[in-house]
Amino acid sequence: MAIDLNVENVSKTFGDFTAVREVSFAVEKGRFFSILGPSGCGKTTLLRMIAGFIEPTVGRIMIRGKDMAGFPPNRRPVNLIFQHLALFPMMNVAQNIAFGLQRRRETRAEIDRKVDDILARVGLPGFGGKRIDQLSGGQKQRVAIARCLVLDPAVLLLDEPLGALDLKLREQMKVELKKLQAEVGTTFIYITHDQSEALVMSDHVAVMNGGRFEQVDTPRNLYARPQTPFVARFVGENNGWKGVVADRQDGLCTLRTDDDQLFSAATHDDLPPGTPVIFFIRPEAIIIAPDAGLENFNRMTAVIQSILFDGANSRMLAMPEAGATELMIALPQNRQYDHLKVGDRVAIGWSARSAVCFKDR
Amino acid sequence: MIRSLPNTRPYTIGFKIYVGLFFSFLFLPLVVTCVLAFNDSPFPALPWKGFTLTWFTGDQPGRVGIFHDTVNLSAIWVSFKVAFWVSLLSTIVGTCGAFLFEQEQFRFKQALYFLMLAPLVVPGVILGISILLFANTLGVAVENTFNLDVPLFRPGFWLVVLGQFSFIATLVTLVVSARLKKFDRTLEEAALNLGANRLEVIWHITLKFLRPAIIGAGAVAFLMSFENFNTTLFLVGSEATLPITLYLQVRDGSTPVINAISFLLIVGTSLLALINLTFSRKKE
Amino acid sequence: MRSRRSLTFLLFITPVVLWLFLLIVLPHVDLLLMSFHTEDDSGAMVWSLVNYLNFFQEPVYWRTFMRTAIYAILVTMITFAVSLPVAFYITKVVSPRFSGFLSLLLLMPFWVSELVRVYGWMILLRESGVLNHFLMVSGLLQRPVEMLYNDVTMVMGLVYTSMLFMVVPLISVLESLDDSLIEAAYDLGGGIFSIVTRIIIPHAMPGIMSGGIVVFMLTLGNYLTPNLIGGKNSLWFTEQIYNQFIASFNWNQGAAFGFLLLVLSSSIIWLGLKLTRQKLSQVVQ
Repeated sequence: MAIDLNVENVSKTFGDFTAVREVSFAVEKGRFFSILGPSGCGKTTLLRMIAGFIEPTVGRIMIRGKDMAGFPPNRRPVNLIFQHLALFPMMNVAQNIAFGLQRRRETRAEIDRKVDDILARVGLPGFGGKRIDQLSGGQKQRVAIARCLVLDPAVLLLDEPLGALDLKLREQMKVELKKLQAEVGTTFIYITHDQSEALVMSDHVAVMNGGRFEQVDTPRNLYARPQTPFVARFVGENNGWKGVVADRQDGLCTLRTDDDQLFSAATHDDLPPGTPVIFFIRPEAIIIAPDAGLENFNRMTAVIQSILFDGANSRMLAMPEAGATELMIALPQNRQYDHLKVGDRVAIGWSARSAVCFKDR
Repeated sequence: MIRSLPNTRPYTIGFKIYVGLFFSFLFLPLVVTCVLAFNDSPFPALPWKGFTLTWFTGDQPGRVGIFHDTVNLSAIWVSFKVAFWVSLLSTIVGTCGAFLFEQEQFRFKQALYFLMLAPLVVPGVILGISILLFANTLGVAVENTFNLDVPLFRPGFWLVVLGQFSFIATLVTLVVSARLKKFDRTLEEAALNLGANRLEVIWHITLKFLRPAIIGAGAVAFLMSFENFNTTLFLVGSEATLPITLYLQVRDGSTPVINAISFLLIVGTSLLALINLTFSRKKE
Repeated sequence: MRSRRSLTFLLFITPVVLWLFLLIVLPHVDLLLMSFHTEDDSGAMVWSLVNYLNFFQEPVYWRTFMRTAIYAILVTMITFAVSLPVAFYITKVVSPRFSGFLSLLLLMPFWVSELVRVYGWMILLRESGVLNHFLMVSGLLQRPVEMLYNDVTMVMGLVYTSMLFMVVPLISVLESLDDSLIEAAYDLGGGIFSIVTRIIIPHAMPGIMSGGIVVFMLTLGNYLTPNLIGGKNSLWFTEQIYNQFIASFNWNQGAAFGFLLLVLSSSIIWLGLKLTRQKLSQVVQ
């Protein structure tokens, strides 16, 4: 596969502050690649470096094999969908879309044809004459995308464009964006702080924190096999414990937690006995009233502290009788657990394989 | 106290009377001036001797209306020319100033900004005399060195234009800057990203956005120039502007022709102001 | 990219620098230099303090100067006192339907030339004027009274001329005052006096200062109003400058007077800004 974007060892410092440090990644042609991170993690700076608004302090950015150093934003084959879209309010829809084509001095007829074409492709045929303030939020999104796609960029950059939409529309646009990307086949680089946007749409996601990439992986792996404590905590919800390794054998280890409980957990790091660790177990990996006789299984009794009803995402908080760390446990709404109420004692447990542990720094 | 709080009757009524008096005070001289423009009397005074248009259209000796008054007509024409050049120059330079102070970073920006504000706090008379002096100094210097007599350096049309421009440009800068502050700079980035260069961005995006403010500032500049007296007084040559001509007439006694001119000015400027206002309202 | 940016930068800065240096800085430097020169007996220009000495030795000069300064401050204060209730009424008391109309009405005379407005007062107040006519017809007066050419009328005329420059900033600053602050103060037991002095005036300070500066500067530099409706004894300092330039043709003396007026206006504005802890760049916003 051809590589559309190659970022090599890029860093950016502003005075004493390092916004992006030593980031490298490559995106294959036609992929939907997301950069996920909390606000202030450097993802916007990274995106603006790719777009050419900022020059990297160190490192190289190559687009379709061409080093972009010294190329101003208007001469890079990338286009950017801005957070607030930045549609030109002084122009109508067609003029907005034609803007970039006019800069390339294309002929009138060619421009008209391309504008009509792209409007049809984003599902807004006949919208050319509308003013920007006549459009709905979703339509504005599509015009912003059309305005970039009409230029046939090597890479389309998207800077949290769904952030300003309300929840329902956001869910809908997620699906639409993914479909549109598959259809046009343009490489998308999407930055967001919303993990659901990243997981739903992307082929690959990079989790970014403190200017670094913590992990670049498929959404499924990111969720199932986080490689750093940050990813474990940031992607999806997790229960976390601190403790030390007491013993280890056959890829499993026994952990003694700070509140003096013993658990077994899977380990992929080289963690000799005595190492301080932090380990995580997902709320949905904790089983309520587990069957007896499961191998490598941690069991305990807990008292329900509160029940947080939230439809399909309902959970309960429970305190293990022997411990001091409250656990968040998924509460599937299949009527099986309707009888549970605050103060009840329940048996819970999880498979050692579904816990992940890391060396604690 | 305010409209959302209970107010006593005397408070409300007292306030209404005060504001009523204020507005009468504001409009009384203008109304009187306009009314007396139509009085069939050789003096702009009461008693009322009947309605006439003679002070506009008359062409009899002693009763020459404004439309046949060559001195005042040519003064109006001069004022128009001055105002045209002043508004053109100050709109261009003021817009440059707005871009400079809002969008560019450079050394001594604060100092230059302060200098740009200075004409606001310098009395117009002083601007007039200092420009007169400086032009004269330059004129003498050029004449002594090159033996050239440059008319620009003597009081006259272009010196009036430059004198008025020197402070009206500040006003335009402030008006356009205020609009430019509201400009979302990501629009410029978006245009750059779509392949436009910096000049294309300014032309297609930023100036389009600023257009209502620039037109409004141009209209205000035109009016201010048309009415300027203090600065012009010292720079005027043989071609007197309307305020100067009117001043000389008012000082040496008056005829209803002055009322007629005033009436036209009041109507004209009010219309211009209204057009300007509705235009800017629509754009908002 | 680099060269493009600096190209637009040059495009912007060149006209601005030309404007400010050729029409503001250099003329004022020249004004200062001229004021320290005089013609000696042979008619050559020499350095001298004589223009400033004249100012201090000739009582009519510095008396006019002081008079102008004091009257200008007085006019500024009267203008503020007259304008505040009007601005308050338009922004806070009258129903919002009328407030737009009233502020529009208020702006109308602002567009009309100062000369026309002064002329209006002249035909109203002079001996053969409209007011005298009505007073005579109604029998209140036996013989007409000259109401022009005295200090009271001149001050009134100056207030009238500059009033709008006070009302407009006051309206805009009062518009930004949240009504609920006044409601809260009223609810907490504040009376009119305490609400005005503790809430409204502190909030309106930037507007008061910008209005005050403009009014003061315009009054100090006014020529038309004192000249046309002020009395023979109400000489204004700008008239002294005019006399030196046009009548006596003593430009050096005129330059010294101009410079003194500039120093007076800047120092009082500076003092006003210092006392209210404001910055010029904030005030002009």
